[in-house]
Amino acid sequence: MARKVTLTLCVLGLAALSALLTGCGQDRPTLYVYNWGDYIDEDILEEFEKEFNMKVVYDTFSTNEDLYVKLKSGGSTYDVIFPSDYMLTRMLNENMLEKIDLSKIPNHRHIDESLMGTVYDPDNEYSLPYMWGTIGILYNTTMVAEPVDSWDALWDPRYAKEILMLDSQRDSMAAALIKLGYSINTLDKQELAEAGELLKQQKPLVLAYVVDEGKDKMVSGEAALALTWSGEAMYAISENDDLAYVIPKEGTNVWFDVMAIPKGAKNLEGALQFMDFLNRPEIALRNADYIGYATPNLAARAMLPEEIRDDPQAYPNLDALENAEFFVHLGDTLKDYDRIWTEVKAH
Amino acid sequence: MKRSTLFPYVVWMALFIIVPMVLVLYYAFTVPTESGATWSLENFARFFEPIYLRVLWRSLRLAVISTVICLVIGYPAAMVMSGNAFEQKHVILLLFVVPMWMNFLLRTYAWLTILERNGVINVVLNSLNLPSLNILYTEGAVVLGMVYNFLPFMVLPIYSVLSKIDRGVVEAAGDLGANAFQVFAKVIFPLSLPGVVSGVTMVFMPALTTFVISRLLGGGQFTLIGNLIEQQFLVVGDWGFGSSISVVMIVLILLSMAIMSFFEGEEKDVALW
Repeated sequence: MARKVTLTLCVLGLAALSALLTGCGQDRPTLYVYNWGDYIDEDILEEFEKEFNMKVVYDTFSTNEDLYVKLKSGGSTYDVIFPSDYMLTRMLNENMLEKIDLSKIPNHRHIDESLMGTVYDPDNEYSLPYMWGTIGILYNTTMVAEPVDSWDALWDPRYAKEILMLDSQRDSMAAALIKLGYSINTLDKQELAEAGELLKQQKPLVLAYVVDEGKDKMVSGEAALALTWSGEAMYAISENDDLAYVIPKEGTNVWFDVMAIPKGAKNLEGALQFMDFLNRPEIALRNADYIGYATPNLAARAMLPEEIRDDPQAYPNLDALENAEFFVHLGDTLKDYDRIWTEVKAH
Repeated sequence: MKRSTLFPYVVWMALFIIVPMVLVLYYAFTVPTESGATWSLENFARFFEPIYLRVLWRSLRLAVISTVICLVIGYPAAMVMSGNAFEQKHVILLLFVVPMWMNFLLRTYAWLTILERNGVINVVLNSLNLPSLNILYTEGAVVLGMVYNFLPFMVLPIYSVLSKIDRGVVEAAGDLGANAFQVFAKVIFPLSLPGVVSGVTMVFMPALTTFVISRLLGGGQFTLIGNLIEQQFLVVGDWGFGSSISVVMIVLILLSMAIMSFFEGEEKDVALW
């Protein structure tokens, strides 16, 4: 008898709970967000849900190409996406983005002027910067013979099977192109072929091609060197004091990830509110602190601890950075990059 | 069955089998041009470049190795489970099945922490003053992952066929003077062939097409045919080339199924499908 009662109570409880949940779902608008893996402090999403009485559906991707292919193949609608610079250009060229109304995002005034109006979106009609950073080498000071300052370290046979590369074609190609002294946006087939050869030569030295797992592998001492993005490096360094990050002397790529609204977004109002919310100084601060990338939000940066705020590796002075290049969308030449990268991976 | 009850199945199959197949074939045999698309064999020509043939060869080789290892481990296990020598055979059966209740990705991720340089195996080895092994991100790790994940698909069909063999046949062979080896070679094994064929098929095909195992345990270094297809669709967006590789795979799988069914012979009534 007692069992029966418990069972009935359980069933009733479940029914009540589900009624409650569906009840919520009906009058709360939903905001679909598509972002990079591990690229937001997820507590912030909950706070946004509470404050704006909205439900946030949060999905993640691991490369710009993933994002592009998913949006392009249709079947999914998102309200806010976070492409990188060159992908922003590609999406603008293919008319995939909605204009944003900056007057609805008052907090954009906190964003660093020098990071607004970049070549990708000169009047910020379609995007606002979210995070920025560089590519460079994260290395374990106890596992390398001498301090690393050059891209050559990633081709150094002494570190065979201790090198992690990025499973992301533009970034890995960039490392090879910079090492060869070419532009990371080269359209020259000969230069690209050389870079491809260089990456194939490097393959026996590479332990693995990774994306998100890379920082954990470095933290646990699985590898000595990794091609990585600055923010991943900052996170890894905060977890393991033996690690250091360097922007190699030959040059680097300075990149931005932006917030944008794809065409077909159903919750435009919510998307703008979300973008404004992320630019509130205290929210941007927590986000930057959690992710480790450089925030373009000056008010948030001012509140960061001094050693991070003034760290030349985390917040390099853009004007002083020599040989830093932005990625440019390559149009049809991208096919050559695709092909070379496919060949490197298949080699 | 009445025609009307068949209808939903026909619709289902048309929508989710025929239409996608036609699309794959369309993309495989066309190349995009300014004004649309033209018929072309360009995508297939690209596949037959040495670099991609090497990927195909690597996939076939690893799939065959994994299948053979699964058979070598799986057959005796199935024998033990179907025999009377061991009282607790249901426990073994359970042990084979229980891991399958867990998510496939999760199980493969677990191997990462076991195999890595500072992982479980090396910690144990080092505590015994033995040198560390570099297993993760090698071909061996990929094979291990395949064997681990697909072994139940080999054991279960063989077990199911073995346990249906009439004990009387085995006893008769013994009575007629066959020794244990002859009983196995001339009676049990031939009768269990349908199970072996099912098992081999069910291990070989997923092993040939996997892309998760090779990416996680191979560290993206051992591109298999599955990785190549995945990369074309998800990263590069070259649907034409991706589709043409898929068509090659379909042909390969049909071929291997034809070979398998040839071996299956006349014992169709015992076969699983």
